Amino acid sequence: MKLSAYLDGIGVLGPGLASWPDCAQILLGKRPYTNAPTALSVPSMLPPAERRRTGRVVKLALAIALEASTAAAADLQKLASVFSSSGSDGHICHEICDALAQSPREVSPTRFSNSVHNASAGYWNIGTGAMTESNVLCAFDASFVAGLLESMTQSAVDKSSVLLVAYDTEYPPPLHAKRPIPDAFGIAMVFSPEKTPRSLARLEVSLTEVGADSLADAGLESLRRAIPAARGLPLLRLLAAGAAGNCVLDYLDVTRAAVQVEPCR
Amino acid sequence: MAPLWLRSYTATSSIGRGIEPTLASLQQQRSGLKLCDFETVSIDTYIGEVPGVDAQSLPVQLKDFDCRNNRLAELALQQDGFIETVQSGIARWGRKRVGVFIGTSTAGILQTELAYRHRDPLSGALPESFLYGPTHNSFSVADYVRRRFGVEGPAVAVSSACASSAKVFGSARRMIDAGMIDAALVGGTDSLCLTTLYGFHSLQLSSPLPCRPFDEARDGISIGEAGAFAWLERAPDSLPRDAVLLRGVGESSDAYHMSAPHPEGLGARRAMQSALDAAALSPADIDYINLHGTGTPTNDRSESQAITSLFGPTTPCSSTKGATGHTLGAAGALEAVISALSITHGLMPGGVHTAKIDSTLTAHYIRENRRSNVSTVLSNSFGFGGTNCSLILGAAG
Repeated sequence: MKLSAYLDGIGVLGPGLASWPDCAQILLGKRPYTNAPTALSVPSMLPPAERRRTGRVVKLALAIALEASTAAAADLQKLASVFSSSGSDGHICHEICDALAQSPREVSPTRFSNSVHNASAGYWNIGTGAMTESNVLCAFDASFVAGLLESMTQSAVDKSSVLLVAYDTEYPPPLHAKRPIPDAFGIAMVFSPEKTPRSLARLEVSLTEVGADSLADAGLESLRRAIPAARGLPLLRLLAAGAAGNCVLDYLDVTRAAVQVEPCR
Repeated sequence: MAPLWLRSYTATSSIGRGIEPTLASLQQQRSGLKLCDFETVSIDTYIGEVPGVDAQSLPVQLKDFDCRNNRLAELALQQDGFIETVQSGIARWGRKRVGVFIGTSTAGILQTELAYRHRDPLSGALPESFLYGPTHNSFSVADYVRRRFGVEGPAVAVSSACASSAKVFGSARRMIDAGMIDAALVGGTDSLCLTTLYGFHSLQLSSPLPCRPFDEARDGISIGEAGAFAWLERAPDSLPRDAVLLRGVGESSDAYHMSAPHPEGLGARRAMQSALDAAALSPADIDYINLHGTGTPTNDRSESQAITSLFGPTTPCSSTKGATGHTLGAAGALEAVISALSITHGLMPGGVHTAKIDSTLTAHYIRENRRSNVSTVLSNSFGFGGTNCSLILGAAG
């Protein structure tokens, strides 16, 4: 069974990757890839009181969500969203677990309410005023394709524009040793059920057991292997090339996602 | 939406293992809440603990998944012949044509909380025996269920706080409608842990008494734990008389605040309206509403306003959280099963612990059980981050 949708906008942020246009240049080999710490900024879309409370995970998610939806010229208040991440805010998780191992056990109320896996979705809705549905997923290392399937399904079945935000951030020590995600990385995409003036490509997804694509550049390939959201990089490489083609993305065990891309321009 | 058939369903919470004892507790208005004696927790609050979770073992090939949350999931799966339903469903549709969608808010984070007490005194490292992926990670319970049954279709954990396992019905519905799968194993599991007990306490949202939804003196939630599951398929033309259908799913966001509901319940109203639209029903078609009804002053007020604005003041509604506690990420699936029991047994369960209904709340809250024909039920689940989900379940006949 195949699932299809039009891709109207892309957002990317990660180590040495500042935006989708920047990432596209690197994926096309026009510039070498240099790993540098992910540059995150304070989300200006939030009211000041909320802005102060946002950690790295929310900063990352909101930045790529805004880049993709701006590129798609999407009506933010009408856009449904899917947030897919392999973990919640690792720093908050560490602080809470650390506090719970002390005596007396004092958990910060703000940290607790920001510890939920759907914190980024909540802040996105507050920032945009969107009262639309927001689906928040986790599939561990398979989270990118899980989000891709959910958002394309929603766009196709409910005939609506859907924002996919797939993102991961690091855990601090000691959890880092158990879950060694090196830095913050995320990919956002806006899908529409019909072709729009902003459509970049038509995507068609099906499940397969064919082996997943890797990346020739050693630095990018190590990102793809280390950060769940970066499993989407082979799709971005295909999109950067602007030509028709196929790629296979890692998903669950031997199950993978085959994505066929047909450019719209 | 095209209705889906809940071919089989089961629930395990502090009021019972499986649907027979759960139904008996509802019929007797029995509560499973007790003074908190969980682990080393010293908080003046009540909890809804499932007895016997620690004694539950997992299949040997899945021993890496061993934690309280997956033990609770396994315990819940073993009730009501649910395992056999899943196995025969997989045999009928094929491993690749079944999806797994499980809601959880904290999964097995208790393992990490315990591991932090045993860090290496010099390096600070966590014990070698601690496994993050199969216990702490939100996906662990969905992965456990997937591997337990050898499902090879799409699998995901939905983790949108206390709406998680209501929203799994929405994700499964879309995947079936899109033709990606033919059947779905949906559900939710959340288990007691220190993060939620101390976290809700820090927000002053947990009550020192058993929670009293819609009571004029209500002062917070009682945290519970539960595992609840359902097997969903497209509804065939002819169905058994006692069959229950998922008729509508409505989802929305408050876009208001991370931990407080919209004061007028606008997001909640939008979710309920959208569930009615999906089911092509009007408010008058709903016989009973199973409330989110957590028992905090603001949650109940907001939900009552949303309900009255859409349904008026006469539709009977109640919260079953006085009986089960707030089972967080498992609440949506647990209350979907309770809604199914309400339909199959003609029972509107009265809310327990509520002594005097808050007269300023205009929704028609019932404290006594009512026996009558119940053909359509709406069930609400709302969560932190302003996420809302309403389900409509209905009798097939």
